[in-house]
Amino acid sequence: MAGVAASALGTAAAAAGDVPADVLAAERQRIDAIARGSRAAVAIFAGEAGGGSGVLISADGYALTNFHVVQPAGVAMKCSLSDGRVEDAILVGLDPTGDVALVKVVGHTDLPFAELADSDEVEVGDFCFAAGNPFLLATDLRPSISAGIVSGVHRYQFPAGTILEYADCIQVDAAINPGNSGGGLFDARGRLIGINGRASFEKRGRVNVGVGYAISANQVRNFLGFLRGGRLVDHATLGATVGTDTDGRVVVSDILESSDAWRRGLRYDDEIVAVAGRPVRTVNALKNVLGTLPAGWRVPLVYRRAGRPQEILVRLAGLHRPTELARIVAAQEQEQQPKEPGQKQEREPGQEPARPAPQLPDTLRDLYEARPGFANHHFNILERDRVAARIATSASWAGTAGAWVLRGRLGTGAPFRIVVSAERALIDLPTGTTEVDATGELDSDPGPPGSGGFLAALSLWRRLLIAGPAHLGRTNYWGTQPRDPRGLADTASAALVDVLETSAAAVEARFAVAPEGAVIGIELWPTPDVDPCDVRIEPQPGRSAGMPGLIEVRHGDVLFGTFHVEEMTFEPGASEAAGETS
Amino acid sequence: MKPGPVKPRQRCVKPGQRRGRMAVLWLLPLVAVAVWCGAGGLAGAGTPVETIAAAARKVVKVYGAGGIRGLESYQSGVLVSPDGHVVTVASTVLDADDIACVLDDGRRFRATLRGIDPRRELAVLTLDGEDLPAFVLDESPPLGVGSRVFALSNLFGVAVGDERVSAQHGVIAALVPLAARRGAYEAPFQGDVYVLDCTTNNPGSPGGALVDLQGRLVGLLGKELRSAASGVWLNYALPVAEVARAHREILAGQPLAPPTADATAAVIDPLALGLVLVPDLLDKTPPFVESTRPDSAAARAGLLPDDLVVAVNGRAVSSRSAVRQALAIVAEGDPVRITVVRAGSIVECDLGPRPAGGRR
Repeated sequence: MAGVAASALGTAAAAAGDVPADVLAAERQRIDAIARGSRAAVAIFAGEAGGGSGVLISADGYALTNFHVVQPAGVAMKCSLSDGRVEDAILVGLDPTGDVALVKVVGHTDLPFAELADSDEVEVGDFCFAAGNPFLLATDLRPSISAGIVSGVHRYQFPAGTILEYADCIQVDAAINPGNSGGGLFDARGRLIGINGRASFEKRGRVNVGVGYAISANQVRNFLGFLRGGRLVDHATLGATVGTDTDGRVVVSDILESSDAWRRGLRYDDEIVAVAGRPVRTVNALKNVLGTLPAGWRVPLVYRRAGRPQEILVRLAGLHRPTELARIVAAQEQEQQPKEPGQKQEREPGQEPARPAPQLPDTLRDLYEARPGFANHHFNILERDRVAARIATSASWAGTAGAWVLRGRLGTGAPFRIVVSAERALIDLPTGTTEVDATGELDSDPGPPGSGGFLAALSLWRRLLIAGPAHLGRTNYWGTQPRDPRGLADTASAALVDVLETSAAAVEARFAVAPEGAVIGIELWPTPDVDPCDVRIEPQPGRSAGMPGLIEVRHGDVLFGTFHVEEMTFEPGASEAAGETS
Repeated sequence: MKPGPVKPRQRCVKPGQRRGRMAVLWLLPLVAVAVWCGAGGLAGAGTPVETIAAAARKVVKVYGAGGIRGLESYQSGVLVSPDGHVVTVASTVLDADDIACVLDDGRRFRATLRGIDPRRELAVLTLDGEDLPAFVLDESPPLGVGSRVFALSNLFGVAVGDERVSAQHGVIAALVPLAARRGAYEAPFQGDVYVLDCTTNNPGSPGGALVDLQGRLVGLLGKELRSAASGVWLNYALPVAEVARAHREILAGQPLAPPTADATAAVIDPLALGLVLVPDLLDKTPPFVESTRPDSAAARAGLLPDDLVVAVNGRAVSSRSAVRQALAIVAEGDPVRITVVRAGSIVECDLGPRPAGGRR
């Protein structure tokens, strides 16, 4: 009724040339929003295999799209910008499970781009629109717009095998057709709320029936660091399966004893109440949360046993084995290739298929480096060096080549002293002194006892700060993780920090680096599949960034110690150069 | 139902229906855009977000028989009374002893089939609940063509548990008599329906709510039907007045509407006799009895689950559809006698006079 009345009103008013100001303003806002979203849209061409859409998210040409759009194209592709210009683009990162890919349009520094919104604020009934290239219709390469409303939020759409899982996705009635894949879904202000990629079809063939799905911007944000780092990223699994019991509760039906969830105390028949701050009332709800999280993150998990809720911090494992994703991607690629009659498709089990060296145009040749586990290792080096530059500017570590001495008091008030040099790492505690040989493998003696490897962590920390990641064992950019994993319980969109990953001596370590360049966390694994030594470093207010004020050391569920650093001094050391280069 | 990644396999749309639909969509002038944005300013209307949130609480996900051979085991329904009356479409989903309705807060109710209206192909279910959120069923005059509406339904079974049903937006494109068919059968209802510019013809949508900008129930999304003229899948809804009449008649125990003058053949669903046959899955599904409704003619006549119906009023029947056809030629008020094979013996069951109506 109101619609009729208002339509009549609107028509009458328009005829009289007297449209209400708020109606004009709303119209203007919509036109502006669509123009904004439209400018950031790109079309992606994968040769014979067709193509799809994408959306720029940075002025220097990073664009999001679907894995299933770029996958037939391989490493190099053509992208058309919204003004019709056609440019070369290179693959940066792949997320086959989430059906997301990151590419980079080369040769630009001032492209229009879309701002990632907080997709958890999207509500059913909100206006939304898709910008893309449905049916690859646009002969002038300018994007097509389809408008609609948000039909559902936090939807779960089952994967095909273990990839192309749409978890926690946004359902829309804006037309999503073949070719819209990879394009942006925008809100009423033209901000990016999702990446379109899937639709329910049935009896009308592959044409929209008012049911499309977009990967949420918040899921994309969780993986974006990994994608920018050129990775073939994996999604998370709890290491446990769940079912619904007769009372409708979500309970653990099976759990791997090698999982972190098991080590943290989760057991059969425990009821899962919340994960990463999201309540879990159905199996779908748990799949929705896990499906949006990268492997390796730690998230808070609340479970209930015998009526009592317990909160634990669980490290999520990868959904796939290390080489499995690469095999799946390659197998899909093979499927796209025309098969020679009689050609054998069998492969030795466990053997990674050889990816043929791509033929790259001159503009892209220096932007690609193949490496197992990566979509494009070249971009990992870029990200690693970006973080290194930030560490280097946070403090002048170059003049600190001698032994580092940290003095202060423990949480109990007792004094401590830590000495870290190229040759050794030593800690004086009221319980005694522990020293490790810093030139060795670092794994034989993860001292001090009970810490899980605190001295080895400090030793690598010093080497990272002085020599930089390029000269510390094999160091890659890992991705991003929540600055405070427990904060995920309070806000779904946590602040993320960069993480470097190091294999040095015989140990593995990860360093979390804050935006100002301070190392704020170290995790050190003396051997794989054990609890790491977990070091949290709070910078000292007033000191230069990177100087620790408080160091908290945990191992497993136990707080090993809290170190209030009152003084940090640097001794001159002559033997340093030899130590670092050996 | 095959959701899958959207990947262009073809480079162009087949001309025809899609173009037509797009044209209708884009005919919406700027006025419509303006109305939508300004909806918050209209008396009694909230924002679309508020309207949908309030209305979706009154839509239930219905689960029953099916799940094989392209027959869905789910559909939608609307709550029309706080004590648990649900109106939905009469379909094979209801051919089950265990029908469940799930609300948007995750509450799951076992539903009882109260009765069906075979002409409008509607059914009333009852849930054992109190103070449930419900639409008001009134017989207000139909909405005008061009009115904006929202469709709320359990399409594709996307929503599960406490997830809210899906919302779509659209416009009433026409109010015209329904001329539709399902396979070879003409749809029994031929009264006026809303034709919608909104793709509501999806699995699971039937029984969903069509609401106006104030969130009032204005229609019920119809079963999946094709146009009798063009074969195109129809997006339509029964106006709320028809829904209200069906609800009232089913409660009054006279679910069958009076015959119309042009009726040449009567159509009666075995369900009207309380007879539940196995789901019609094959070209010639053998007409086994699945169950009988309590206190129905079929129950009183002594029909039992697993009886095989072999004749209706002496006319041999070999399939579910044949039972339907045989019942169709029994005049209203004439006795119905069903012959079954039970444990190797022939058993005759008298179901009393055929109920009134069921004509088209």
